[in-house]
Amino acid sequence: MNALADAVPKFDIPTIEYAALAPILIVLGAAVVSVLVEALLPQRYRRSTQLVIVFAALVGAFVAVVAARGTQQIVAMGSVAIDGPTLFMQGSILVLAAIAALVMAERKVDPAGDSFAPRASALPGSEDEQVFTRLGWLQTEVWPLFLFCVGGMLLFPASTDLLTMFVALEVLSLPLYVMVGLARRRRLLSQEASLKYFVLGAFSSAFFLYGTALLYGYAGTVSLSGIADALTNSAGDTGLVLAGVGLLAVGLLFKIGAAPFHQWTPDVYQGAPTSITGFMAACTKVAAFGALFRVLYVALGGIRWDWRPMMYVIAALTMIVGTLFALTQTDIKRMLAYSSIAQAGFMLVGVVALSSQGLQGTLVYLVAYGIATVGAFAIVTLVRDSTGEATHLSQWAGLGKRSPVVAAAFALFLLAFAGIPLTSGFTGKFAVFTAGIQGGATPIVVIGVVASAVAAFFYVRVIVLMFFNEPQAEGGPSVVIPSAFTTLAITVAVALTVVIGVLPQLVFTLVSQAGTFVR
Amino acid sequence: MTNSYWLLALLVVPLVGAALVMLVPKANETLAKQLALLISLVTFGLTIAMCLEFVVAKAAEFQFAYSISWVSNYNINFALGVDGIALVLIALSTSLVPIVLLAGWHDADGARGTVRGYVALILVLEAAMVGVFAATDLFLFYVFFEAMLVPVYFLIGRYGGPRRNYAAVKFLLYSLFGGLLMLASLIGLYVVSGNLTGHGTFDFTSLAALSIDPTTQKWLFAGFFIAFAIKAPLVPFHTWLPDAAAESTPGTAVLLVGVLDKVGTFGMLRYCLELFPDASHWATPLVIVLAVIGIIYGALQAIGQTDIKRLIAYTSVSHFGFIALGVFVMTSQGQSGSALYMVNHGFSTAALFLIGGFLISRRGSRLIADFGGVQKVAPVLAGTFLVAGLSSLALPGLSSFVSEFLVLVGTFERYTWVGVVATLGIVLAALYILLMYQRTMTGPVPEAVAEKVHDLRGREVLAIAPLLVVIIALGFYPQPVLDVVNPAVDRVMHAVGSTDPAPQVAPVAEGTHK
Repeated sequence: MNALADAVPKFDIPTIEYAALAPILIVLGAAVVSVLVEALLPQRYRRSTQLVIVFAALVGAFVAVVAARGTQQIVAMGSVAIDGPTLFMQGSILVLAAIAALVMAERKVDPAGDSFAPRASALPGSEDEQVFTRLGWLQTEVWPLFLFCVGGMLLFPASTDLLTMFVALEVLSLPLYVMVGLARRRRLLSQEASLKYFVLGAFSSAFFLYGTALLYGYAGTVSLSGIADALTNSAGDTGLVLAGVGLLAVGLLFKIGAAPFHQWTPDVYQGAPTSITGFMAACTKVAAFGALFRVLYVALGGIRWDWRPMMYVIAALTMIVGTLFALTQTDIKRMLAYSSIAQAGFMLVGVVALSSQGLQGTLVYLVAYGIATVGAFAIVTLVRDSTGEATHLSQWAGLGKRSPVVAAAFALFLLAFAGIPLTSGFTGKFAVFTAGIQGGATPIVVIGVVASAVAAFFYVRVIVLMFFNEPQAEGGPSVVIPSAFTTLAITVAVALTVVIGVLPQLVFTLVSQAGTFVR
Repeated sequence: MTNSYWLLALLVVPLVGAALVMLVPKANETLAKQLALLISLVTFGLTIAMCLEFVVAKAAEFQFAYSISWVSNYNINFALGVDGIALVLIALSTSLVPIVLLAGWHDADGARGTVRGYVALILVLEAAMVGVFAATDLFLFYVFFEAMLVPVYFLIGRYGGPRRNYAAVKFLLYSLFGGLLMLASLIGLYVVSGNLTGHGTFDFTSLAALSIDPTTQKWLFAGFFIAFAIKAPLVPFHTWLPDAAAESTPGTAVLLVGVLDKVGTFGMLRYCLELFPDASHWATPLVIVLAVIGIIYGALQAIGQTDIKRLIAYTSVSHFGFIALGVFVMTSQGQSGSALYMVNHGFSTAALFLIGGFLISRRGSRLIADFGGVQKVAPVLAGTFLVAGLSSLALPGLSSFVSEFLVLVGTFERYTWVGVVATLGIVLAALYILLMYQRTMTGPVPEAVAEKVHDLRGREVLAIAPLLVVIIALGFYPQPVLDVVNPAVDRVMHAVGSTDPAPQVAPVAEGTHK
């Protein structure tokens, strides 16, 4: 008997903490259901069913996040950490994704139906495509992609080992590549963006994987805490680690859109359907910053003096490149893309602060930035002429005269990006800059404030265009009155931007309760 | 400590008023203006009532204190309170707003924006002006300092003259740049206070009590000072002011130059000197040189201007040189003079801009060359303009004289040669004011002037009369203002560790000071 028991290798049933993992499981489960709906349900029922599934999943996952508050443990056999920062980021991602989903669900703005291609696989400009457009086909395939993507984003900042993190990275990235290529208008630009994002994204994933391999070579494990232990125990030769960290950072900074790994951002933001741009600009950044923080703070805290100079340079470069290039943009989507690069630079100030204040500051900044971003892109979808969205800046002239409310909302988001007090953007800036100076990164903060002043110029320029210039003559673009979906999204974004600006303590209380990473 | 609600009321009334004004139907412009005027008068009435409650004997302390926790994570309070200097500046602000509304009754007619939007923005600006002078928490001060830019930006950009876009953006970017440098210093100060006492704070009184290492002080001082120097503005940070003042409506120009720019000199006196005494002494030579350059350069520029509004703007550059000089000579006469100057300059510049505005809107041109002989067709307009101008050139008996004299006495006490050079500014002032008067008001009457320029009417007289009364009253009897200001100045002098040099002339400001 005993001999037999010894012969069979002992097998522990993996323990899965379902409650703690519920947010991720709900969203991924809903994604699977959503695929089935796409495959099985007749087309006329799909849209309503998908919307119910999507919003039920997002709300359900959010409830699960709230229910799990205070959790501080490593679950799923050591590969997922459910701690304060994770839950805060998951909550933020879910809220931002829900607002973005409202914009994606819009069907009143584009006269052809929605903003997604009737058949994504058809060649741009081909006869096939024209046929489908003429038939007025509307697809709902974006929803399962969206849900998978959100599921990956929820897992990405929670991963405690590099392999789980890599899987999450792919789960979030692959649907995004496809979604970028789904634009109904300007198909060629959209497909180009999709391909560019895919090729560069795959490239950066390879970097990430290579870095993982090198770190495994050094530490003999891919778990973040294992790497941290290895670094404490053998403080000798760190060459392999540094090479690994460098490669890993490339993968993460690519997703963040930090210079010099930002080149894809303007093209992809411009080519993607605008509602998707808002979604990815806001949510991907939250997820990627979460992962970056966890890797740097949990695994690599021991060699912080080695990677900190590198992050100094990248933060400064990102702020400078983002602001300087944004100055010369003439397309609103490209301008917002460069602005998001600059904003990523400001958030990196929180990373180099090397403290829990830095983490909290960046979290606040991410929320503030994300809300304003989703709102701003939602408004971009509304300004249209006969060929689709009017994204050239000159077409926005005099918008304040024609549609004062929409223009005022957009101005509010721009002021938030510029970090004017009493808007959410200032709350975020104040938090990261304070953390930066507390952490001794004063030179970076000074570069940050100067960059903010320069950045103010291109935000303000749009306000000037909208409010102080005469509208174009006949045939200029106009603001389309959207359905309740987009209206609700913009209203929520405006309200949150003001609330976080005027009563910042609400969000500071939340992040300080989030505490720090569990190891 | 019990909270006093006076200052909160001064903040809330204009804000609520602005919201109410926006509820008035767009077409009913007169109602919007009347409502706004009423609200500004109520605010002014509240200010008067508050001033009567002010205890002059304790003018060095922050009275009417109100404080609630705002962002507890960073120990930030929504804290208000006024000392003597802040009180007179708030009184200046709330008294100018109804005058500006009344004088600029038709300023926004036919502009890009709506009339109700114009008056609502002015009310929002009024709240921000009260807030920026009343804040005793540095974070709150910063918030008002920056938030104030937004209404002004829209006031210039939507209601201004032909080059309004350029002027509005230039104004905003200059101010934002300074403000952001100040933000870095402000955060630095918070971190330093955390390092020194164990818990960071933004409370002014606690921060002023710290003794910060002199090198750190210099860096922090630089951030604050540049922000204030842009705001004031001192040469070489002044180039935004002529553009902004010339392109905005007369009313906006009054609030911009008369009140907003005072935040710069107020900030130097209150924040630079008290928070960073060592750095202030260190920077004194530089600031004095800049101030004197500003006095002379502003005056010379004013003489060379062909545009009435730009001329008035440059006279202010010169006057701000005097104010900054008075602050940094570190004598009580100089600083009392500066504090008084801030008030006097507010009233006399307001009169110049408003009457100049009446003149410009009648003729439809800002160019001096387009005018002549106005005193023949519009004697009251010309006469009031002359009084305002004489006040601006510091004629004895009119308000600016007392303050300019105090500043110069304060300067002579310590830096004789600086005083000599600065006095040249008075001579030049006579030149720019009288030349402008001569060119526009005297001489033959061009046809266009005879045709278009008529004399001041009831509403305009009603708006200008209080200004002239104040200018003359403060010219003869400035003591009430000095009594309120002096204790606060003494506090600054004490904080900055300066004592007056042994008097070579009998002290003037302390004449009746007990």
